[in-house]
Amino acid sequence: MRPDLVPLLWDAFGQTLYMVLITLAVGGFFGLLLGLGLYLTRPGNLLANRPVFAVLNVAVNIVRPVPFLIFLVALGPLTRAVVGTTIGIEAFTFAMCVMASFVFARLVEQNLVSIDPGVIEAARAMGASPLRIVRTVVVPEALSPLILGYTFLFIGVLDMSAIAGYLGGGGLGDFAIQYGYRQYDWAVTAIVVVIIIVIVQLVQWLGNTLARRALRR
Amino acid sequence: MSEPIISFRGAVKEFPGRGRVGRRSAGVRAVDGVTLDIAAGEIFGVIGYSGAGKSTLVRLVNALETTTAGSVVVDGTDLTGLSEARMRPVRAGIGMIFQQFNLLRSRTVAGNVAYPLEVAGWSRADRDARVAELLTFVGIADKAASYPSALSGGQKQRVGIARALATNPRILLADEATSALDPETTADVLALLQRVNRELGITVVVITHEMEVVRSICHRVAVMERGRVVELGDAYQVFSDPQQDVTRRFVASALRDRPSPAVLRRLRGRHPGRIVTVRIDEVSGSSAQVMEVLADRGVHGTIVYGGITEVAERPYGSLTLELGGDEAAVSAALDGLHAVTAVVDHGTVAAPAAEGNDR
Repeated sequence: MRPDLVPLLWDAFGQTLYMVLITLAVGGFFGLLLGLGLYLTRPGNLLANRPVFAVLNVAVNIVRPVPFLIFLVALGPLTRAVVGTTIGIEAFTFAMCVMASFVFARLVEQNLVSIDPGVIEAARAMGASPLRIVRTVVVPEALSPLILGYTFLFIGVLDMSAIAGYLGGGGLGDFAIQYGYRQYDWAVTAIVVVIIIVIVQLVQWLGNTLARRALRR
Repeated sequence: MSEPIISFRGAVKEFPGRGRVGRRSAGVRAVDGVTLDIAAGEIFGVIGYSGAGKSTLVRLVNALETTTAGSVVVDGTDLTGLSEARMRPVRAGIGMIFQQFNLLRSRTVAGNVAYPLEVAGWSRADRDARVAELLTFVGIADKAASYPSALSGGQKQRVGIARALATNPRILLADEATSALDPETTADVLALLQRVNRELGITVVVITHEMEVVRSICHRVAVMERGRVVELGDAYQVFSDPQQDVTRRFVASALRDRPSPAVLRRLRGRHPGRIVTVRIDEVSGSSAQVMEVLADRGVHGTIVYGGITEVAERPYGSLTLELGGDEAAVSAALDGLHAVTAVVDHGTVAAPAAEGNDR
């Protein structure tokens, strides 16, 4: 790899980091809310509400299976309304946030469903309000699988960032295409791949460690 | 009976049937018109097979379920039509323990016991003091910093009891609290529930499918079948004189003192003489009376089967005897036994009586 590419690689790394961290923060937050909503309004659960559950469920089912490349384009009008433009890293990060929220919502819901209903009943029997139960029972009891789900989300988001970066002109994905694939410089592509593998390994290790600590058994 | 602390009046709980509108199947009446008073300070048992509605009945007391008809009055508060928010303080004033303990795995033993105190808004210092006091009461103070996963079933239920008692409730509901425990641990937990009742004056409502639990701690018992209370009375009376088939089956499951037909056949093989089963209890006869009758008539009685145990802390059981002596004496002894207690005459090998195992 040419030495003059190193600062560009650093820029690309920074851009990927920017996209991924913002998406993880925003998507994690809204995904958790959506997932809790799905779980709580499910028939038979704490805030059982069939219409609300149906709307959330259908929304998640509609968004999730759409390939990200198409979703990115399809979300254009909304992206323009919120960000002001449909191109560039900012615009595509917005689309990533939306997609990540829906993806994480399903992950959260699936992990919460495994909580023992007896524990929630015990909290109800002690006079706890639904909000308190969410805060002190639902989330803490499912913390370990939630951390693993969030780690899984990170890898999905990294994948999305390569596509968003390529279309938006930035990030590691774009760098690998521009300076590796198009210039027949396989070393550049290989370096990017190695960087991504290292990042994923580190994050997975961190996620596993935190999840194990949260497990308490 | 003292003032009732829990009153059911025609209480009904019907769960809607599953299925879509228009094709809806009939609802399930888990509790079907129960009228029942539970007195302050007693240990009250509700026994029934699974699906009899006992778990739903007990959940009407702390408003985890609400009645679809009739009323439930708890400690002077009518729960009928109370809003969800108004029910929370009622629930907080009633302790509950569960078959699967339902401890929070994410919290230590101390953290679990502190949970209801947090809900009730106690200060940190008050919580810590109360948790220490409770863990000492149930005998697991050394486990305060452990997580539930490190505890045995019996220890988990002790934590459950400590947690249920935290806010000084007047009522403790025990939903199959010993069904997941081995016999020895069951006895420990039952003894603890008895202490809770005696030392703290807490009314305990025990839901169980094990007559053994009723036998060892309950003062009164209600037998449930298909959502209804089919028999109600003092535990001793229900044991000694069960009226319903379902009750007889439960009593037979807790007391194995009477010989079954198979046992009787083997007894006859070993003991050729007259075999009789005599009931031993407070109402009819004591074993002293039985022995006295036999001695008076010059009959030798060999105990070949049976047992005397306690029901509600009073003696109860039966003895199966082989009577030895001349025919006239044995016949006179039988008349004498009939005068003091209930007797089942099984006859002899040569002249066996019809095999009746009437209790």
